Amino acid sequence: MTAPAIELRGISKAFGPVQANKDISLSVMPGTIHGIIGENGAGKSTLMSILYGFYKADSGVILINGKPTQIPDSQAAIRAGIGMVFQHFKLVENFTILENIVLGAEEGSLLRPSLAKARTELKRLSEEYELHVDPDALIEEIGVGMQQRVEILKALYRHADILILDEPTGVLTPAEADHLFRILANLRREGKTIILITHKLREIMDITETVSVMRRGQMTATVRTADTSPQELAELMVGRKVLLQVEKTAARPGAPVLEVENLRVVDEAGVERVKGVSFNVRAGEILGIAGVAGNGQSELLEVLGGMQHATGLLKVNGQSLDLSGLHSDGRTRRAHGVAHVPEDRQREGLIMEYSAWENAVFGYHHEQKYQKNMFLMDQAAIRADAEAKIERFDIRPPNANLSAKNFSGGNQQKIVVAREIERNPDLLLVGQPTRGVDIGAIEFIHKQIIALRDQGKAILLVSVELDEILSLSDRIAVMFDGRIMGERLPHETSPQELGLLMAGVVGKGEAA
Amino acid sequence: MEKMPKWADVLLVPLISLLLAGVLSALVILAIGESPGKALWIMIDGAMGSKYNWGYTLYYATNFIFTGLAVAVAFHARMFNIGGEGQAMLGGLGVALACTYIPWPHWSLAILGAGVASAAFGALWAVIPAWLQAKRGSHIVITTIMFNFIASALLNYLLVEVLKPKGSMEPATGKFPEATHLPNFHDMLAPLGISFSRGAPANVSFIIALLACVFVWLLIWRSRLGYEMRAFGHSEPAARYAGINPTKMIVISMTISGALAGMMALNNVMGEAERLVLNATEGAGFIGIAVALMGRNHPLGVVLAAILFGALYQGGAILAQDTDIPVQLVLVIQALVILFTGALDNMVRMPVEKFFLARRLGAAKAKKEA
Repeated sequence: MTAPAIELRGISKAFGPVQANKDISLSVMPGTIHGIIGENGAGKSTLMSILYGFYKADSGVILINGKPTQIPDSQAAIRAGIGMVFQHFKLVENFTILENIVLGAEEGSLLRPSLAKARTELKRLSEEYELHVDPDALIEEIGVGMQQRVEILKALYRHADILILDEPTGVLTPAEADHLFRILANLRREGKTIILITHKLREIMDITETVSVMRRGQMTATVRTADTSPQELAELMVGRKVLLQVEKTAARPGAPVLEVENLRVVDEAGVERVKGVSFNVRAGEILGIAGVAGNGQSELLEVLGGMQHATGLLKVNGQSLDLSGLHSDGRTRRAHGVAHVPEDRQREGLIMEYSAWENAVFGYHHEQKYQKNMFLMDQAAIRADAEAKIERFDIRPPNANLSAKNFSGGNQQKIVVAREIERNPDLLLVGQPTRGVDIGAIEFIHKQIIALRDQGKAILLVSVELDEILSLSDRIAVMFDGRIMGERLPHETSPQELGLLMAGVVGKGEAA
Repeated sequence: MEKMPKWADVLLVPLISLLLAGVLSALVILAIGESPGKALWIMIDGAMGSKYNWGYTLYYATNFIFTGLAVAVAFHARMFNIGGEGQAMLGGLGVALACTYIPWPHWSLAILGAGVASAAFGALWAVIPAWLQAKRGSHIVITTIMFNFIASALLNYLLVEVLKPKGSMEPATGKFPEATHLPNFHDMLAPLGISFSRGAPANVSFIIALLACVFVWLLIWRSRLGYEMRAFGHSEPAARYAGINPTKMIVISMTISGALAGMMALNNVMGEAERLVLNATEGAGFIGIAVALMGRNHPLGVVLAAILFGALYQGGAILAQDTDIPVQLVLVIQALVILFTGALDNMVRMPVEKFFLARRLGAAKAKKEA
């Protein structure tokens, strides 16, 4: 019997009083794809960091191909044949693909021989695994799917037999994700071992042989994928029954609340990001904007939220709002009943160093009820306000004095959602509401958004998660390259059709 | 979770830094054949040994409180105001003009007028770089440094060509009128029955400096403006999201910062020299950076650090005066303290953090086993 490619025995790791990994045992056979799922903070990343030599386990043994192996740093991990493809690529933007692959694995002080050798090796690898790339293309000029292939090639170039991929499909279109899975299947066929970390149940079901579930630092189950179901895995992850499907009634749309006409955004570098979009959102409906990250949705959302200037026409409740950025900003948008859950809660929605109570009024902090006098703020009023929100939205831990950075992703997002929804806005702008948020909180946030819709409010939802768009939206618009490629109704379309629109392929009878 | 107790962060780390600087200084003093113990004693005695010496220490400290606060306020909006020196020089110009050309009936009115003038002049000198940063993207560190040189040249010209009294050989203004002379600690404490050295320069502007600390504390941690400034400092995208105008934040934070630096002139120009001389700031603007760094940009920390640096200045002066240790070496000692407490802060901080983390871990383990 062959030894497992990777075996972990009793791995534990604590950060201060927090037990991130607790007595974890795992065994992955060579030539298989093993999935690891779990909510944020379940300890997946810690475990992989231990495998890759970023952290040292407090106790436990790592066996590679049956041999006990010490992995004190990432160099040792590479020597042991482990390759890591991070969620956020670690590539030098202004280097070519070839240079990136050689970086850190140069032989000798002269670059030319290393590059020449890498070029032949790269050619061989590309053919063997159908990982086609142009070695001389600059990283900044290629798409994310291609960048990810470079990361995989980097690992293979370093003779990795075990590949760890951390949330690899987060930035990919459905088509690109399919391509990635074909590559993974090729790698498996060639005898490579793959560990796939994800929170997407569908991916686990599609490609893995076995799957392990992590919850609160422990490995709660390891099962054969064929013997399980998404529902069961979700329950194992959260530890209770969850609704994978969002329950909602049909929308009863009213008058248009948001009207956008021929909106164009040019960024600081002079590139046109949004190329003249027009749409409206009516009261009591959710308009979902689907698209691969970087196709103008973020800019659109920022413009509507008053963070960026643009040209075109914007009306909220029939009233024209200034788009030039000279007379209108986030504050005046709020005054017109527009609330905004931004895409990046850590950069935009929250001040990570601020306590929860300070964050609970962020953006509304200038309102009269929070002021003691011309100069000082009424901290008691703000605290009372924050504590009420923490209570109503079940934000944990229920401690208003804690800094935002000390809350989990889901609870951080709850702070933002609580702040924006509690204003009872006429129009809610929501960007990536559940990115990096655990299943339990996803369910909660989705319910809040639907409840707001049912109160007759207009909601604009921007998300790169197609599942989220499909389950929440009453209408779906797809953006590609700064334009709206088409509108669909969720029950009349399919992920495949939306995927084609997201890739810029327009069906018959539709103008670009 | 905090990495270590607050007292360790605020007190232990600076103390260890200070100790390290002291050890290195001792080695340097040994190397030139003097006794470090004796030198240390002379410095401590020189800085705090008498009311007269305290009077000097607190005089220097007053300068450093103003410039330290200036750096701290700007830093909360992530603006590095390196131009405290120039802003304080311009503040001196404001004081000189206010005291020379307005006939004040009493010092209490004069200090208000001169305070406004010094703040306005200092603010003006900070607002130009701020505006250039906000509108043109010129880096504030570069422009504020440049403005120090411009201020120096400007004052040089004004003192030599314009403000110098007729017939005087010295590039300085004439003595300010009697009514603008500020009471020093001797005058202030005498009515309370406490006697204080008559000749020491510490004066009523020390009280103004402490009031400025209270103001800065309220501004940063209690006011809406401070809330917005800190938010902008932490994350500009978040500030834009919340409808906080970045240009406004840059300009306002630098205005306040420059005004505080300018107000230093109340102490050195109005309180001590009672006229404006060339290079009246003597580098206090730069010391302010170290003071803010060591005081962790908190007004209380700034006061403590300012007193420490005041003592270092005064003690160093006495050391140079009473021993064969050359004045350059005193500068080396001061530089070592700045280096260790300011620039090398993390060198000490990291091991201390590790120590506390390990201890907490040990405690948690012991608890579990029990």
